[in-house]
Amino acid sequence: MKRALLLARRECAAAFDSPIAYVVLATLPVLTALFFFVLGGFFAEGRADLRSFFALLPLVLILIAPAITMRMWAEERRSGTEELLFSYPFRVRDLVLGKWLGALALLALALLATGLVPLTVAWLGPLDWGPVWGGYLGALLLGGACLAAGLFLSALTSNQIVAWLLGVLLLAALNLPSLLLPFVPVSSGTARVLLAVDLRERFQGLARGVLAFGDLAYFLGFTALFLCLMGLVLENRRFR
Amino acid sequence: MMSTDSSARAEQPVVLADGLAKAYGEVRALQGVSFSIPAGSVVGFLGPNGAGKTTAIKILTGSLAADAGRASICGYDVERDAQAARASIGYLPENNPLYPEMRVDRFLRFAWEAQRTDGQSETREQAIERVVEATGLAMVFRRAIGNCSKGYRQRVGFAQALLHDPPLLILDEPTNGLDPLQVVEIRELIRQLGRTKTVLLTTHVLPEVEALADRVVLIHQGRKVADDSLDRLSAAGEGRLIQLSVQAPPAALEAVLQGFGAEIVQLRPGAFGSADSTRALLRVERFDAAQLAALSQAVQEAGLALLELAPHAGGLESLFQGLDRHAPVGEEAVQ
Ligand SMILES: Nc1ncnc2c1ncn2[C@@H]1O[C@H](COP(=O)(O)OP(=O)(O)O)[C@@H](O)[C@H]1O
Ligand SMILES: [Mg+2]
Repeated sequence: MKRALLLARRECAAAFDSPIAYVVLATLPVLTALFFFVLGGFFAEGRADLRSFFALLPLVLILIAPAITMRMWAEERRSGTEELLFSYPFRVRDLVLGKWLGALALLALALLATGLVPLTVAWLGPLDWGPVWGGYLGALLLGGACLAAGLFLSALTSNQIVAWLLGVLLLAALNLPSLLLPFVPVSSGTARVLLAVDLRERFQGLARGVLAFGDLAYFLGFTALFLCLMGLVLENRRFR
Repeated sequence: MMSTDSSARAEQPVVLADGLAKAYGEVRALQGVSFSIPAGSVVGFLGPNGAGKTTAIKILTGSLAADAGRASICGYDVERDAQAARASIGYLPENNPLYPEMRVDRFLRFAWEAQRTDGQSETREQAIERVVEATGLAMVFRRAIGNCSKGYRQRVGFAQALLHDPPLLILDEPTNGLDPLQVVEIRELIRQLGRTKTVLLTTHVLPEVEALADRVVLIHQGRKVADDSLDRLSAAGEGRLIQLSVQAPPAALEAVLQGFGAEIVQLRPGAFGSADSTRALLRVERFDAAQLAALSQAVQEAGLALLELAPHAGGLESLFQGLDRHAPVGEEAVQ
């Protein structure tokens, strides 16, 4: 665990040594605020709640999460530093957890920066903070899942852009059912299955402040699955 | 660790490789390479580009799994005792990969923590001070690695390998791509390190081995073709060398020579660009007509077609230059 935290710290520092951290820290609050206040119709509705803020967050994460993770393995591989990393006595689980925790810390910082949105709303009118905390907890769970998937994809390639595109595609696909189903005639059984894997649909429950076991298990399972897959990819790197 | 255990380890060779083989798809990069390195020696792993040196190094350092064969470092199996084996190695990978955006001091702190083990006598700052001193990094200590000159970056690579004062240093082409002055400096550094550590360095240039190593392992197309002290390979010295080529696989020639009492210095497939021929270099006590006649007779009695039988000037250079640069059919050409 100590080595995982060591790696997480290095990842965070590396993000701040490159433009990535600053871009992420600026983009997430700006995009969410823009969507919320301008496109989300906050002023038109005149209600002091953050429902549309949390409805839009998963869509913004489609772009942001893979941006955080795209370089984490791809760049190590391209520049050959993974050779150095593998020669140090890290265990695979240290590498997997370390990268993921580093990415999660960065995302947590960016989420903190979006706190301006609820603060603004609270300033404009009475805000019920309960669902806000629930929403942020959900956002961390959702974000952790997106980052795990993004890291796995980054471990598959030595090209950051490819890693980012693959991440965007995967996460977009996992947000599609809840966006498209209202307009597509499918049987209710199919719809149920599709919505069960939909990240946004799962997240909405948490964002309403409902801590359902199913949603929690889904995000944790999703994260664990992709972390394990990443571990397998790293293990298999030795069997080129 | 129990004392009996550690004294048993002390008698182990620092590096032991036994029948290492590795193929990348069709490319057979290593085809059964064995060697051992006793404590305190500086061994040069010499071979043309594509010989399989880096592949062997990656197996020893644990970043690549061998298809066959075993290897151990200081008695620790690189597969079963991977952590302990890695902890015994200071490694400078080929092309010295580093994080360019990281500052030298921060990188060394990270590298120390990453390689940290229990029961270390030095603190982190003591270790860093020692390697900065040993590698002459004080000038660039707070600079981003990417902003350092190539010579300094190489020193950073050495510094991270030395942080834990490992018994073994593995250096993959440590002077490749440096300018002549930097080459001189880095060689001096390696010479100093070689006084207290076991060193395995790879190179594709002969002068590097001659300048640094006391033993050379010559590898070519994934096979070990010579393994001897530099003195014995370089001096015509004890005995004389005979070069012998036959139209037969290596095993057949080896069988003939075993009954003959000649020391086989080198035995490798491929002579005169033919894949199913073998060239051997022998060291014999006497060198006269009777000796040559007996050799040619033995070969012919075994039914092998003799292609070449001639005295050989000896010397590492002629051995190295004499390597068949045209890969036998079915193997990847050597760049
Ligand atoms: N990752 C890889 N995939 C496919 N072939 C490889 C790979 N790495 C090395 N090779 C091939 O294996 C052979 C040995 O390479 P290497 O061990 O790097 O040789 P050296 O270090 O002696 O130059 C070469 O023919 C090289 O092209
Ligand atoms: Mg090499």
